[in-house]
Amino acid sequence: MVKADPLGVLTGSHYLDGDEACAEGALAAGVRFLAGYPITPSTEVAERCAARFPFMGGTFIQMEDELASMAAVVAGVWGGSKCLSVTSGPGFSLMMENIGLGIMMETPLVVVNVQRGGPSTGLPTMPGQADMMQARWGSHGDYEVIAVAPNSPQEAFDLTVEAFNLSERFRTPVFVMLDECVGHMTEKVVIPPADEIEVEPRYMYTGDPKEYLPYKLDGNEYNVPPMLHAGQGARFHTTGLTHDERGYPDMTPACQDVLVNRLVDKIRKRDDIVHLEEDGIEGADVIVLSYGISTRVAYGGIRIARERGVKVGHIAMKIVWPFPEKRILELVDSVKGILTVEMNLGQMALETERLAQGRCKTVLAGHAGGTVHDPKVIAKAIEELAK
Amino acid sequence: MSDTAVTPVPVKEDTTPHPMEDWLRMDRIPHIWCPTCGLGIVVTALVEAIKKSAFDPDLMAVVSGIGCTGRVAGYIKLDSFHTTHGRAIPFATGLKLSNPKLKVVVVSGDGDLTGIGGNHFIHAARRNIDLTVICVNNFIYAMTGGQVAPTTPNPAVTSTTPYGAFEPPFNLANLAEACGATYVSRWTALHVRRLVESMTRALMKPGFSFVEVIAPCSTLYARRNRLGSGLDLMKFYHDNAIIKNGCPTPEVGIDFQKPFVVGDFVDKERPTWHDRMRAQMTATLGEKFIPKVGPSICTNCE
Repeated sequence: MVKADPLGVLTGSHYLDGDEACAEGALAAGVRFLAGYPITPSTEVAERCAARFPFMGGTFIQMEDELASMAAVVAGVWGGSKCLSVTSGPGFSLMMENIGLGIMMETPLVVVNVQRGGPSTGLPTMPGQADMMQARWGSHGDYEVIAVAPNSPQEAFDLTVEAFNLSERFRTPVFVMLDECVGHMTEKVVIPPADEIEVEPRYMYTGDPKEYLPYKLDGNEYNVPPMLHAGQGARFHTTGLTHDERGYPDMTPACQDVLVNRLVDKIRKRDDIVHLEEDGIEGADVIVLSYGISTRVAYGGIRIARERGVKVGHIAMKIVWPFPEKRILELVDSVKGILTVEMNLGQMALETERLAQGRCKTVLAGHAGGTVHDPKVIAKAIEELAK
Repeated sequence: MSDTAVTPVPVKEDTTPHPMEDWLRMDRIPHIWCPTCGLGIVVTALVEAIKKSAFDPDLMAVVSGIGCTGRVAGYIKLDSFHTTHGRAIPFATGLKLSNPKLKVVVVSGDGDLTGIGGNHFIHAARRNIDLTVICVNNFIYAMTGGQVAPTTPNPAVTSTTPYGAFEPPFNLANLAEACGATYVSRWTALHVRRLVESMTRALMKPGFSFVEVIAPCSTLYARRNRLGSGLDLMKFYHDNAIIKNGCPTPEVGIDFQKPFVVGDFVDKERPTWHDRMRAQMTATLGEKFIPKVGPSICTNCE
């Protein structure tokens, strides 16, 4: 880890909404290129970067659509910058094409999705959390993703920095799954001095550029090859086709097997890509599992249930993908049930159900979006599970 | 007729280096293109143009989309990117904006650049991003088996217009000029010397420069339309391409198997995206403006 570049760090105590705080997190992490397309409720992230970039050697471009935005962002990484794109559900759908390219080319970048109600145009100005499975499975083919879900403007800052660090470490696109509620809520955000912000440097190749093979592994602990950028003398090739360590197309089942298994395993085989905040798990009869804005509403329900004597614990997921499988499996035999609180009709709840396999009850407290939960509904669901 | 036994002539191994081995990925040769395809000529012409241009090859990048021409990036020994269908131009835009020191060349097909990628084409030309775009026009989607394209002349037969194409095709030169390209030309795979000169001018021209290369596809386009071999298509170019430099681009539309115009059509000055952005930022922010002049990642590297 290295220290953040002070040019991008707005150290101090601020009053920011989640979108603005997310932009500040990206700038602190070193983002100097953003290609995006306007979409409610995410646009403030792009607007803030467009306003701030000229003072730190950054470039913003508003592209003609999200297909182009994502292509430009993947390329921007190969051009030698840290890159970001920002969107909401409908644009996220369009970005999936080149998110797949980013995964195949092993391109470290971050995409922010400020979720709104869907499907289709849905509820443009109102919150949703119904893109969680799209984040996981939205592009085609086999792959794994990493995603974070902030529950406040402060977390929007902190977790955006963390998202960039994870993207560089694992050389893969990482998603910041905000929602309209957090994106547009204004709170105090403390941005530390640059030398207190840890930034994962890009894992660069240090040998003779003429000997560089873009996908040759060197035993790196994260199972990713070192990078070089365009213009560094390597004259390398990369492609969205199945490729060998030279980056050359090799469309054989054998090459596909090696490549795709590594792309998946570099994330799936690790159990340390976890970031949870736990409260009252010890001796709990019921566990509430939540993420994003739903964690804050869930606290309300938990408080009511506790006042009524229910032993209820809370797991607030900060990293939502990969799903915290190990931790959930540790708990399924000791609790009566797990209640997943999310602003959709059952997405992450399916993961809980898959892991529990009937060893405890798994229930969803969900709704179709447009507003946050009523804490009383959550409290009632907790009490039902505790019976 | 003779019953004399044929003695095989021993093949002497030719150790002469390939004249382009410094510029091609020789470990990927032979290429995948069909015999008589025009793409080999296009690659050779582009390499010759790059050699004539003053650019440092280490600071050049080639970006291709998907299709037969999409494979060009894989054979030219420069930093090269084989991207998604239609997105070569926005990918190239991202490379150029991330590192303005790079000279970025897009080589892709007519379907890729002006069908699925048409929106990106018009906006990159409008913005006048400093890119050179080489469009190899074979009038069809060849990699997928010869379907109708936005460039197919009427009434050519393709696999998805078995009774003849009827949608009006784009006049690509006119489209590029209308959207703001600073340099527009069209040649065929037969006009090698002029093509090299034109590509060199395109590379040297600041802004969005566009070269259309009419190229033979004997496997699909010629076969379905009974136009003969690749050689016959080259003979057709020889007999029917009319050189008219400076010809107004509205007059250079292409009809099926009719004489058509080639030449250097547009060569004009226009500030690039970077020129305009920097001028605007400087006018508004003065000395506070810190332009992005190169890659920024290494400020964080130890």
